[in-house]
Amino acid sequence: MHQLLQYALSGVTVGSIYAVVAIGFNLIYRTTGILNFAQGEFVMLGGMTAVSLAAFVPLPVAVAGAVGIVAVCGGAMEILLFRRLRSHSLLHMIVITIGLSIVVREAALHVWDEKVRSLPYFTGTECSSVRILGAAISPQVFWVLGTVGVVVLALHVFFRHTLTGKAMRACSSNPEAAMLSGINIRNVRTLTFTLSGALGALGGCVISPMAMTQYNMGTGLAIKGFAAAILGGLGNPMAGVAGGILVGLAESFSVSIMPAAYKDATAFAILLGALLVRPHGLFGSNGAEGAREL
Amino acid sequence: MKRMFVAMLAGAVFMGSVIAPLPAAAQGDEAAAPAEPIKIGALFAVTGPASFLGAPEAKTVEMLVEQINARGGVLGRPIEVVLKDTAGSPQKAVSFTKQLIEEEQVLAIIGPSTSGETMQIKPVCEEQKMILVSCAAAEVIVNPVASYVFKTPQKDSQAVAWIYNTMKDLGISRIGVVSGNTGFGQAGKKQLEDLAAEHEIEIAISEVYDKGATDLTDILTKVQAADVQAIVNWSIVPAQSIIAKNMRQLGMDIPLFQSHGFGNIKYVEQAGAAAEGTLFPCGRLLVADVLPDDHPQKAVLTSYKNDYEDRYDEEVSTFGGHAYDALMIVVQGVENAGTADREAVRDAIEGLQGFVGTGGIFSFSPEDHNGLGLDAFEMLTVKHGRFAVYTK
Repeated sequence: MHQLLQYALSGVTVGSIYAVVAIGFNLIYRTTGILNFAQGEFVMLGGMTAVSLAAFVPLPVAVAGAVGIVAVCGGAMEILLFRRLRSHSLLHMIVITIGLSIVVREAALHVWDEKVRSLPYFTGTECSSVRILGAAISPQVFWVLGTVGVVVLALHVFFRHTLTGKAMRACSSNPEAAMLSGINIRNVRTLTFTLSGALGALGGCVISPMAMTQYNMGTGLAIKGFAAAILGGLGNPMAGVAGGILVGLAESFSVSIMPAAYKDATAFAILLGALLVRPHGLFGSNGAEGAREL
Repeated sequence: MKRMFVAMLAGAVFMGSVIAPLPAAAQGDEAAAPAEPIKIGALFAVTGPASFLGAPEAKTVEMLVEQINARGGVLGRPIEVVLKDTAGSPQKAVSFTKQLIEEEQVLAIIGPSTSGETMQIKPVCEEQKMILVSCAAAEVIVNPVASYVFKTPQKDSQAVAWIYNTMKDLGISRIGVVSGNTGFGQAGKKQLEDLAAEHEIEIAISEVYDKGATDLTDILTKVQAADVQAIVNWSIVPAQSIIAKNMRQLGMDIPLFQSHGFGNIKYVEQAGAAAEGTLFPCGRLLVADVLPDDHPQKAVLTSYKNDYEDRYDEEVSTFGGHAYDALMIVVQGVENAGTADREAVRDAIEGLQGFVGTGGIFSFSPEDHNGLGLDAFEMLTVKHGRFAVYTK
């Protein structure tokens, strides 16, 4: 019994990492319709910057600093690149984000180096764990889940109850109408990228003690985060969290019955199966604002 | 469905970008000198997933070439190393090998960093009669022997023998094996399985995980259920540190054995307190400071360690040592042969006896192109965040 629970906790641990990336994917997709494959790079940059800053300032300041710096990077990316390339098709945009992710990765290799880094555990040490009915989980997982929870809640409040948030939603459901009613759609897009950069960086900081940070970690994260976002239903940050946890659970439970080498294959088989039944994702619906036509 | 299709397509394109070519970071050491230089090719994974091997290797060779040339070179000729960054990709290793042979016409090639790359270029070098001194660990590189292919790291089978002997001392007979899905992991897993019966060890469970895994508690849960007395992990970073952390978090207090790939203090730092007590067989470079003064390797080890650490301001690793040995073996071969003729140098390398390197004392023969014995290893452990020689 406690073994099943252990697999579940292990799935939640990995899933929470995917969820962090999925939120960023959904946020940008929702407002701008761009699938930003450089999202994993935001996570990497956040972790790397925080590790570098942590050498000089206390941990919370380092994390805040990293979030700020990467947020600016995200905004700059939109202003310098995507703003100028609006006329291109979506597939172009996707290819551009992939190219961008390679550029960022190589730049990170030169700014930092190839070494694996990590932030210290926020609470406890490498050895400490929380016991739940005989199963163990690292306290850092609660930091990740807590962060994800707070972020989702904050986004919810932001989108529902603030004017800027409402403007962002307007841009997503009908850009022309939003423009006609006086919303500066360009600034909203810049804001989205800034926000997504900040969230990615925050995620990169909280997962760094467990998953560790390396210049080439972004790609793998982006693939799994993308899978999580698709499974949950593109465009819905909250569904992305559920998708992430589900992908994580699918992986860890597949280990319990099959050799671990097939873990990714099993997880993606389940993902494909789910999408055959529900092409718009588990929590996305056909006509929802998230389901923009590509 | 159209949307799904485009999304899938995007995913496929993106995954393709994972293996898309990375720009080579380092190219060539251009040494200008009056006497015609002796050209040696070097293939290292300076960037990419195996960069933890290739980066210290490239740095070591860069430093060593300067030292050798400052001393007047070999046979009065300076050494020129043509360095190619393979980024750990076997395809790139093959094309660079052809380039080094046909265009650069080097005397010998040192590297590559990984076993997967080496196995791809082994037949190429053998066919073209090009001397290859590999810095990769897998046993298959020199077994069966190819007349032009040598390697400097200690053999996997010897590492496994050390691990199993230590287990016997500790009364351990039932173990779990976990390994990464890399050439190194696969080769180690095979050796562990092949040698288990001989050492009366039972492998109760064997699991393979993705090299980029961020959490291994699910696999460890499965291993724990198999009721084993020890775990052997055979992988490269970062899983080596993650597994130590996850074991402690799960409250597993059975011993953790790692491969000789654990030989870098960085991994200990990554795992922090969780790394304490980890056991792994390794060459003596990491414990050079505590070796007795009369140990034959003491002088070579301390001078390499001090030079490297002074120059690059980072801790020395055994991987850089493999490149040190590879280059020095070629240089010694040229000196012994008295000429830079490839056939003569190959014969001279095969005839090297008692050559003191960082990995051990090399004595090659036509049957043994690794030249190291069991005594090249020492069982090490982690004590107070430092490497120490293991004593029961």
